[in-house]
Amino acid sequence: MLSVPCPWCGPRDETEFRYGGQAHVAYPDDPATLSDAEWAEYLFMHDNPKGWFAERWFHTAGCRRWFDVVRHTVTYAFEAPR
Amino acid sequence: MSQPFRRVDGGRVDRGRTVTFQFDGTAYEAHPGDTLSSALLANGVRIVARGPYTGRPRGVYGIAAEEPNAFVQVDSGPGEPMVRATTLEVYDGLVARSLAGKGELRAEPDDSRYDKTWAHCDVLVVGAGPAGLAAAHAAAVTGARVILADERPSPGGDLLGGRAHLDGRPAMDWVADTHARLAALPEVRVLTRTTVTGFYDGNFLVAVQRRTEHLGLAAPAHVARQRLWHIRAGRVVLATGAHERPILFPDNDRPGIMLAAAAAGYAWRYGVLPGRRAVVAGAHDGALWAAVELVDAGVELAAVLDVRSLPEGQVHRALRDRGVVVSAGHGVVGTDADASGVLSAVWIARTDGEARRIPCDLLATSGGWNPAVHLYSQAGGRPVWSLDHAAFVPGDPVPSVWCVGAAAGTFDLADALAEGGEAGWQAAAATGEEPLPPATDSVSGTGAPAACWLTGPVDERADSVFVDLQRDATLRDVRRAVGAGMVSSEHVKRFTTAGTAADQGRTTGVTTVGILAGLLGLPVGAVGTTTYRPPYTPISFGLLAGRDRGRLLDPERRTPMHERHEAAGAVFEDVGQWKRPWYYPRPGEDLHRAVERECRAARESVAMMDVSTLGKIELRGPDVGEFLDRVYTNRFSTLRVGQCRYGVMCLADGMLFDDGVTARIAPDHYHLTTTTGNAAKVLDWLEEWLQTEWPSLRVSATSVTDQWAAVALVGPGSREVLSRLAPALDVSAAAFPFLTVRDATVAGIPARVFRISFTGELSYEINVPAWYGLALWDAVAAAGVTPYGTETMHVLRAEKGFIVAGQDTDGTVTPHDAGLGWAVSTAKHFIGQRSLTRTDTARADRKRLVGLLPADPLVVLAEGAQLVVDADAPTPVPMLGHVTSSYHSAALGRSFALALVAGGLTHRGETFYAVDSGRAHPVVVTDPVFYDAEGARRDG
Ligand SMILES: [Zn+2]
Repeated sequence: MLSVPCPWCGPRDETEFRYGGQAHVAYPDDPATLSDAEWAEYLFMHDNPKGWFAERWFHTAGCRRWFDVVRHTVTYAFEAPR
Repeated sequence: MSQPFRRVDGGRVDRGRTVTFQFDGTAYEAHPGDTLSSALLANGVRIVARGPYTGRPRGVYGIAAEEPNAFVQVDSGPGEPMVRATTLEVYDGLVARSLAGKGELRAEPDDSRYDKTWAHCDVLVVGAGPAGLAAAHAAAVTGARVILADERPSPGGDLLGGRAHLDGRPAMDWVADTHARLAALPEVRVLTRTTVTGFYDGNFLVAVQRRTEHLGLAAPAHVARQRLWHIRAGRVVLATGAHERPILFPDNDRPGIMLAAAAAGYAWRYGVLPGRRAVVAGAHDGALWAAVELVDAGVELAAVLDVRSLPEGQVHRALRDRGVVVSAGHGVVGTDADASGVLSAVWIARTDGEARRIPCDLLATSGGWNPAVHLYSQAGGRPVWSLDHAAFVPGDPVPSVWCVGAAAGTFDLADALAEGGEAGWQAAAATGEEPLPPATDSVSGTGAPAACWLTGPVDERADSVFVDLQRDATLRDVRRAVGAGMVSSEHVKRFTTAGTAADQGRTTGVTTVGILAGLLGLPVGAVGTTTYRPPYTPISFGLLAGRDRGRLLDPERRTPMHERHEAAGAVFEDVGQWKRPWYYPRPGEDLHRAVERECRAARESVAMMDVSTLGKIELRGPDVGEFLDRVYTNRFSTLRVGQCRYGVMCLADGMLFDDGVTARIAPDHYHLTTTTGNAAKVLDWLEEWLQTEWPSLRVSATSVTDQWAAVALVGPGSREVLSRLAPALDVSAAAFPFLTVRDATVAGIPARVFRISFTGELSYEINVPAWYGLALWDAVAAAGVTPYGTETMHVLRAEKGFIVAGQDTDGTVTPHDAGLGWAVSTAKHFIGQRSLTRTDTARADRKRLVGLLPADPLVVLAEGAQLVVDADAPTPVPMLGHVTSSYHSAALGRSFALALVAGGLTHRGETFYAVDSGRAHPVVVTDPVFYDAEGARRDG
């Protein structure tokens, strides 16, 4: 059970959160101008690194805020929240 | 004679009291403080189990959680299968019986209480032996919040019943003092009878506390029998001790053969002689010291064997003082049994020498100690083979975890105390002067342990060398695995089943690895252990369930009108956590007839439904219209105040996610409704986009599902009923048209009335603050309106081809697939829009919503039934789609269905077959709107 560092509530049990996948995947400014391949890249093709990974979490059973953290996908360590 | 193997004194049992228990149908006596295993040994009961496949008799082998044989079925109290006799505290009235590898679950539910708790601490110390106590004490005196957990009834670990001294006094005095000091500190919690079973991510540990089992039949019913602890620890000190391992030889499974330190432990901790005449065979100093303990307890030593040949040391002198000479370079080569299968003699020999037979009733064997690295391993640590220890010991440190004492391979008492204190001090992040460990009288070692796995003619007798007693797995099985080409301990474990029983191969797991390494010609470390997974010891399902069972399994959501539905005899169905009336049978009515009556009321006169469960979200702010334009496929910014509109939401992949009606209450205030089961997901979805992509939009979203109760008033008579209930409201079609919302007073209650329809009939949804829900229901019912449930609602909406998101759609259906292309705007952008023109989503042969009419109007198709062109086609039969909704229609006088079919309405008029349970029903593809296709009825 991870202890997820919510920047608003502090460290809380993983069960209070929803995982949001890779961070910094911006919604395209004008999807209509993208090719099928470019749109598929946005929709489906996300990183899955071994090591540090910027990802999103949603504190569903807490403050209901989305936030980004950097987590190590091998050790599961969280980078100290900024 | 009662308890013939009980020593005249010694042990930590309460000799002043006697309890009676039954084992395999015979009554025995024991003392409080006994475990079932010590009590059985005291009574001379040697056979406590049978091999599951061989049927061979087995005896008590260990003294704690490592026990492989003595798993019993407890029949007293709530009853429990597969309980270790070595940790089962005897109580008056205990009834247990022996097993052969597996127990039985009771058929009756266990009504004992189980509960759960959560705790946080700075330092969790696992194990209250000398190292753990020293660690807990060093951490606690700094003021740190400390939890000390130990699986035994009282702290002390290997000091329990032992004869060591600390600071010049019996070690148990130091244990008692330390325990008392810890108990007096406000931030310290000492949990006894508590096994830490799992070490999970983020220093999250789970422990099982046995609270009342030892009280047996006197256990108070109001106290939880067990408690599951979830502990989040800042730092963890693992003082989990070590498990003794045997040396294997032919016929190593007979009752009377046990681990050497366990045998000594029975003599001194419980005051029980594990035998009267013993052979001790070992490969390390600990086995020889166990021999000293046994002879001092009154056991005659027939022989003491050491596979090593060492110069004489302190332990040899101690044995010599007692008239015992160690047979160096000797091992066990075989055993004999009496007629009952119990050990009667041991055959011993020097390597390649002549074997000698020694009659005895106890063979105490010890190949060394395996540090209990289970929790360290679960925490991510990798045990490494140590030649010095002849054991796997913790390897690289795990951050914020310390292994101390025997768990770290530190077997010397003085060293373990120092190591524990140091770790506790560091774990508490303390500074300054560290408390000194107590002085010990511990003895110096004689020689290094030998990595000895097997002795005797094991190749010739491989099928009688048991590598797993509980699984009856033998050396021959391991050799066969290697012969089949297996080189990994994980594969061999699965092939031979060695290590997969309830004891998890705790005594012989490493031994099996050592044997495998020998067969492969590899170093032991190169083979490595199998993975240690939680739980360390089994956890009962009752405890995992805790209070979350029966009515408390899941919260039950009830609308404010629930008691009226109950009084009306409604049959309920679960929709998410909601309890919704399914139908309201009158006397003599079944589902079919009740639904037929309810449908007629809605179509022909007037009916009512509790629709309070509908998800409701209030959106406020100047940018709500713009925001809804982006999340719905159709436009909401142009909606005028007082108007409603049906909307469809897609995920970014273009698949239909939810639908519902949204009303504009004020210029900056919208009221959005969702499918009953989807309310939380839709709110999450809206908040995600507002927070992560469009934070500049000034919109707030609030769930108001529970704040509003709602009644749908449906049918041609609904306008007349509403006009009576709300005399001040102009209900004429001109003043209150379809898809508008009005504030009104209904039955004296302030209400918001929507003129919308999920049935095709003229209808109103009357929303009132939740606490008026019951009053509203009563007022509408008093007007002579027929209540209906979800089944009728489904029939009515399906007759009109209205989908239910999640029933007629499944995450692979676009709005166009669902026949909702009319609700998809091309003049604005919305989430998922780009996906609707992807090659795949634009395919002509996508599965699309159609209607189905079974050829036999009495056949109601099974929802989920697959649709095929040719019922007799050879398999694999191409499947065109499936039935999503299927009912009998009162209005149509026949059955009908909705379905998703590849190509959709291009197949209109064609006959397919709906296949269910081997029967193929012919069906004709039709338009999905079966009733009032021109929509004339919604205006009444
Ligand atoms: Zn939070």
